[in-house]
Amino acid sequence: MADMKTAAYICKGCGIGERVDTAQMAKIATKEGKMHLVREHDFLCSAAGVQVIRDDIEREGATHVLIAACSRRAKTEAFYFPSIALSRANIREGVIWARPDTEEARETTQEMADDYLRMGCGELKKMKLAGGVQDTGHAKRLLVVGGGVSGLTAAAEASKTGYQVVLVEKAAALGGWAAKLHRRMPLREPYAEPQDTGMAELIKAVTGDANIKVITNAVIARTDGAPGRFKVDISVESGPSLTEEVGAIIQATGFSTYDIAKLPELGGGKSPNVIDQAELERLAKQAAGKGQAIVRPSDGGEVKTVVFVQCAGQRDSTGKHLAYCSGFCCGASIKQAMYFKDANPAVDTVVIYDDLRVPGNGEDFYRSAQNKGVTFTKGRIASVEAKGDACEVKFRDLILDEDATIAAADLVVLATGQVPNSGVNIDIPAEEAAKMEVKPVSILNLSYRQGKDMPQLAHGFTDSHFICFPYETRRTGIYSAGPVRRPMDMVQATEDATGATLKAIQAMENAELGRAAHPRSGDLSYPIVQLDGCTQCKRCTVECPFGAIDEDEKTYPVFNESRCRRCGTCMGACPVRVISFENYSCDTVGAQIKAVDVPDEFSEKPRILVLACENDAYPAIDMAGMQRNCYSAFVRVIPVRCLGSVNTIWITDALSAGFDGIMMLGCKHGDDYQCHFVKGSELASVRMSKIDDTLKQLALETERVISHDVAITDMARVPQLINDYAAKINEIGMSPLKGFA
Amino acid sequence: MGDLNTQMLDKYRNNFLHEVEEKVDDGHWVKMCMQCGVCAGSCTFGPDWEHTPQKIFMMIRAGKREEVLSSHSMWLCTSCYNCMVRCPRELPITHIMHGLASYAHRLGLAPKNQPTRDFSLIFWDNCTKTGRVNELRMTISVYFREGIVSGIKKMWTLRNVGRGLFFAKRLNPLELFVSHGCKDKDGLRRALKKADEIEARRRGYAVQPRGYSS
Repeated sequence: MADMKTAAYICKGCGIGERVDTAQMAKIATKEGKMHLVREHDFLCSAAGVQVIRDDIEREGATHVLIAACSRRAKTEAFYFPSIALSRANIREGVIWARPDTEEARETTQEMADDYLRMGCGELKKMKLAGGVQDTGHAKRLLVVGGGVSGLTAAAEASKTGYQVVLVEKAAALGGWAAKLHRRMPLREPYAEPQDTGMAELIKAVTGDANIKVITNAVIARTDGAPGRFKVDISVESGPSLTEEVGAIIQATGFSTYDIAKLPELGGGKSPNVIDQAELERLAKQAAGKGQAIVRPSDGGEVKTVVFVQCAGQRDSTGKHLAYCSGFCCGASIKQAMYFKDANPAVDTVVIYDDLRVPGNGEDFYRSAQNKGVTFTKGRIASVEAKGDACEVKFRDLILDEDATIAAADLVVLATGQVPNSGVNIDIPAEEAAKMEVKPVSILNLSYRQGKDMPQLAHGFTDSHFICFPYETRRTGIYSAGPVRRPMDMVQATEDATGATLKAIQAMENAELGRAAHPRSGDLSYPIVQLDGCTQCKRCTVECPFGAIDEDEKTYPVFNESRCRRCGTCMGACPVRVISFENYSCDTVGAQIKAVDVPDEFSEKPRILVLACENDAYPAIDMAGMQRNCYSAFVRVIPVRCLGSVNTIWITDALSAGFDGIMMLGCKHGDDYQCHFVKGSELASVRMSKIDDTLKQLALETERVISHDVAITDMARVPQLINDYAAKINEIGMSPLKGFA
Repeated sequence: MGDLNTQMLDKYRNNFLHEVEEKVDDGHWVKMCMQCGVCAGSCTFGPDWEHTPQKIFMMIRAGKREEVLSSHSMWLCTSCYNCMVRCPRELPITHIMHGLASYAHRLGLAPKNQPTRDFSLIFWDNCTKTGRVNELRMTISVYFREGIVSGIKKMWTLRNVGRGLFFAKRLNPLELFVSHGCKDKDGLRRALKKADEIEARRRGYAVQPRGYSS
C-alpha cells in the first residue's frame, strides 16, 4: 500500500527497560521490521507518551502503529486510536512477567521480546484499518413474537426505552399462560401469600401504548434480512397479510404443557380428577369467579384431600418423558396447595416430591406453606388409580423407606413440565424430519440458508451461551426470552425479557453503525470475500455458527455482515483462503508466524507456536504472567479470535518455517460448551483431527500439533501445559523441517 | 384420671401431627421440618438411634402414633444440641425430642425399663421430696433398679470411686438415713403443683401429679 506509514513504539516502563535491551529491539524494528518510525519511550501509556503517538499520527501521517509494551488487553483506553491500524506486541505480560528475572534466563527472554516485536511488525504491515460495514439497515423497530408475560414485558420495556414495537400473538388474546393463572407466587417480602398476577394491568399497558402495535391471531410467514433490516411477513388469520420492517426480533413463544395423557401410570387421562397444574389454575379461577371452593371435577363433590405429584413426567432418566427439571413447578404446587388451605384449613394437602426446588425467594414461600399445614412428603409415586370419584395414590416414602398409600384423594394434581415452543429443529435432516409423527411448525420462518428457526441446544430449548451471555442466540439480532430459552417461572421470564430487550436494542444500534454484536461488540471489521477465487465448496455457509452466510443461485456465499459476529470461523473453514477481515486474516497471522526467528536444529532452542483463543486462553496466559507463573521461553503466542478461525495454512506455514510444535488453546466444546462463538472450538477440533494424516505424510510425529481446552481461570494450569509440552518436544527432538523455508 | 391415651386417640383420630402440635412441647415446629437430614447426620448418637429426628418428624406426619410414642429414640437424646444449632430451619429439635418423650411417658406409652426414663423418674422423685438431691440414695436407687444382684455388682465395680469420694468428704453415709433439704419444702411442693396445674390447663389435661404414679 503506497500510503502506508508504519510506526513502532517500544515502551521501557513497568520494568521492560531493565529486563530487555530495547535499543536492540528498536534496531530490529527498523532493520528487519522496516518500520518508518521507531521510538523508545520510558512511560508510553502516560499522557506524554500517548501524545507522542498522537503527534506522529497527525504530523507524520502514521497510518499503522505497533505498540510494544503491555498486553493488548491492558491500557486499551490510553492506546485508543480509531483512525489507524493498531498492533500490540505483548512484552510485559507475555515476556518479562512470564520469565524469571535471572542472568541465565536473560538471553532467551531477550529472544522472546525480539520475536514478539518482529511478529508485531509482520502483522502490522498486513493489516488494514477496519472501516465498518456500509449500507446497513436503519430500522429501529422491535418485533416481539409471542404475547405472554415475556413478550408483553419485552414490548413494554422497549417502549419505555423509546423504541417502537410490533407485537405478534398467535392467539386471539394477549397474556399467554400467565393470564390464565388464578394467582402468582409472591414478589415481595415476606413472600408468604399468593398474589394477583398483574397481567390485566400489563396487557392494558401494552394495548394502550402508542409505541406498540399489537397484532393478534397472527403468525410470522417469513423473516428475511439481517439486524437493522429484517423484513417480516405477518399473516393474520382473517385479514390481509402485513409486511413490517424491523431492526431486531425477540422470540418469546413460551411453552406448551406436557400432555398428561402420556402419564397413565400417574392416572393421567384416566380420571377427570387427575389434572395438571394449568387445569387446576383454570378450576381455581372459575371457582373464585363464582365465589365458591374448588370442587371435584368428576361430580362436583367437596374436595377433602388433594395430592400434588411433583416431577410428573420430568427429570426422567428412562427417555420416555422430559429429562429436565422445569424449575417453576414446586413453587406452583406450593401456591396451589395454598388455594385449598387458605379457603379451608381442614383440607388435606399433600405434596409428594423427590427434591423440592424453589429458586429465588421460594424458600420463604415454602416455609409459609408448611406453616399453613401443607404436608410435604419425600416420596416416589408408584401409581395413581381412579376408584370411583376418588383416587388411590400409592407411593414409596423415601424417608421412612416404605410403601405408603393415600386411600382417597379427591384431586390429584400432576406437576408437569414446560415444553418449549421453539419451532423446527434445524439440525434434524429433512428426510428424518419428514418421518416424524408430529411435524413441528416453524415460528420465525427465516429465509436463512441454515434453516427456518433458531438452532436448539438440548430438549428443544434455543441455543444460548449459558455462562457468559445467555441472551445471545445463534441468530444475531434475534433473541429468545422466557421458557423458550430455558424452563422458568414468571419472575425469571420478566427478567429474561427485559435483558433480551436491552440486547435487541443494542443489536439494532450496532447494526446501524456497522458494528458487531456480542462478544466482539463494537468490532468494525467484517469478512471480505474474494469471490473470483471461491470454489463454491459451501464450507463457510454450512459452518457459520450464526447463519450469517446465505448462498446465491450459483451457490456462491452471500455475506450478511450485520448477522456476522466476526469470529472468523468462515476464514478458518475456507480451503482457498479467500475470506479475510481487514485487520485479521490468513496473512496477518501468517506474517507473524513467518516473522519468528527460528534457530537451527543444533541450537537446542525449539520454537513452539501457541494459537490461543483471545476470549479465554489468551487472558489466562496473560494472567499467568501477572501472577509470575513462568513458562518456557520457547513459545510464541498468537491470539486468535476463536479456534474456529484457525486456518490449516497456519499449521503448514509454521511447520515449514521450522516450528517444532504447535499448541492450540481454545474453549471447551460439547453440550456444555464455553466457546464464545458456540461452535468455533468444536469445528476446530474436527478440522485438527484430520491434521494427523498431513503430519504423517510429512513424516512428522503427530504430537507436533496438539490442542487443549483452556478456561479463563486456568492461569496456573496453562504454564504447566506449556512446560509439559516443551518437555515433550525436547523428548521427541527438533523438527527435521528446519532450514528449508 | 381415665385413660389419657384413649382420650387423645378419640380426640385426634388419625391426625397425629395435629395432636403433636397441640400436646407436645414445641410440637408446632414439627411441620416446619424440610427433611434435609442435617439433624440425623449431626446426632452424636446417630448410629444407635432406632429413628433419627428426621425420621421421627416424618413418622409424625405419616401418622405413626404408636411407633413414635413407643420409640426408644427420643430417650437417647443427650441434649448436646448439635441438631438444634445446625438445623437450617431453626427447629428446636432437642426440645421437641424431650417434649415427645415426656408426652409418651404421660400417655403411658414410653418403653418400659427405658434407662433414661427410669433415671429421670428416680431423679425427679428424689429431688422433689426434699428440694435437694440426695446423691447416695439416688445412686443406690439407680444401681438397684434392675435387682439386688446387678446392684451389688455395680457397687463392687465402682467401690474405689465410692471410697475416694468418702475420704474426700464428698459422700456422707449418714445421708442414707437423714436427707438434708431446702428450707421451705411445702412451698416447693406448692410451686410444683401450681406448675402442673398450669401445664395441664394449657394442654387440656386433668390435673395429675408427676412421677411413677402416672
